[in-house]
Amino acid sequence: MSALTRAQIRSAILDTLCAIAPETDPAGITPGAPLREQIDLDSMDFLNVIIRLHETLGIDIPESDYARLATLDSAVDYLARRSGAG
Amino acid sequence: MPTLGADMEAGTLVEWLVKPGDEVKRGQVVAVVETQKGAIEIEIWENGTVDRLVVETGRKVPVGEVLALLRAPGEAVAAAPVAQARRIEPTPRPEAAPPAPPRAAPAPGAPARARISPSARQLAGELGIDAQSVQPAEPGGVISRADVERAAAARKAAPAAAAKPAAPDWHAQMRTAIAAAMSRSKREIPHYYLATDIDVTVVTGWLAAENVKRGVAERLLPVVPLMKAVAVALREVPELNGFWVDGAFRPSAAVHLGMAIAMRGGGLVAPAIHDADRKSLDALMADLRDVTTRVRGGRLRGSEMSDPTITLSSLGEQGVEGVFGVIYPPQVAIVGLGKVTERAWAHQGTVAIRKVMTATLSADHRVSDGHRGGLFLAALARLLQEPEKLR
Repeated sequence: MSALTRAQIRSAILDTLCAIAPETDPAGITPGAPLREQIDLDSMDFLNVIIRLHETLGIDIPESDYARLATLDSAVDYLARRSGAG
Repeated sequence: MPTLGADMEAGTLVEWLVKPGDEVKRGQVVAVVETQKGAIEIEIWENGTVDRLVVETGRKVPVGEVLALLRAPGEAVAAAPVAQARRIEPTPRPEAAPPAPPRAAPAPGAPARARISPSARQLAGELGIDAQSVQPAEPGGVISRADVERAAAARKAAPAAAAKPAAPDWHAQMRTAIAAAMSRSKREIPHYYLATDIDVTVVTGWLAAENVKRGVAERLLPVVPLMKAVAVALREVPELNGFWVDGAFRPSAAVHLGMAIAMRGGGLVAPAIHDADRKSLDALMADLRDVTTRVRGGRLRGSEMSDPTITLSSLGEQGVEGVFGVIYPPQVAIVGLGKVTERAWAHQGTVAIRKVMTATLSADHRVSDGHRGGLFLAALARLLQEPEKLR
């Protein structure tokens, strides 16, 4: 699989958040702050975010890595590394 | 109009999914009712033929009001005077009723009602937009706030269309509903409260190992083995599982676990996970996913609202360490599970860092005593030490 750009990953994350939590305002997200403090995501929503990112990006996310997706910035970093974009 | 919870006094009939002359089967969804907790699908609990729809759509009627008249199988059409036709009063559901079958398809001719998120519904109310007229972005998808905003913008462009008066504030209605149920609970139910800390290192590790083997879509949430353990532990202390009705306790043979689920934009509901003690962890996960999705985006069925025999409030990893719930009448107990935290813990003769969860029980003293409640929490703690047996 060709490496995804950070912009593609960021956009995929924001699309996913908006799909799972329809009231999400992408422009209002502070990239360095925990997503679950900014968006109303319960455990099931968060799992659904992971599942959808797996489907759209084709990146496997082990449960032990869930904490790396805590903020928008850390999620982009993590997924970029996993996709090989570095 | 069925009662869909202790806090419900009235409901608005928003849609009929059947029409006079239609054959209906036990368990079929026949109507949609808007309540303070969102739109609920109403099932029917008798076979027959719809004779007459008494309440037209859009009307708000009190609980107990006749919604429609039903003819028993074989009853003649013309010969059935209205007074003899059977009333459609789908709940309370008989104790022996089997679990509701999957949602029936809308009757032919009845347009499928669009699903709408609670926050979008609220926005539509505020903007005076008819939620049913809004087109979701994806055909057949859930109507979102953005869809409602787009519909509002389109209406501005066509100012000739008359704005409807804004619906009453949805948040305020939800708070009113919760206030009514919880005030009644605190007025009528003599609660007692117990708490215990449970070492969940073993079950947490077992679940992590289990999830490593699974694809992302098959993984289990941490609450799933806890649900199963709570449901199985109730077999040992059945006086926590059932209803207080007319001054007496009616135990329930089945464990229908009401899972407290937060609604988008505030408030909560606790729909039933049916027969939780007899389901596999995978089945519990599937059911939890299903009701959570519908709480948050779609709609629940009447039986899910009225069936829970006990409530489980699990705070998940975002919450605090302990929660003492207020019993949801006519239930007689609520179990609270706090956030799992690492604590310095005496373990096998030394102090170790263990994963610990505070479990609480609020129970009705008219039905059980602290001794029995304590046995329930002890059983829960014991079951969680052998997670492989919970499958």
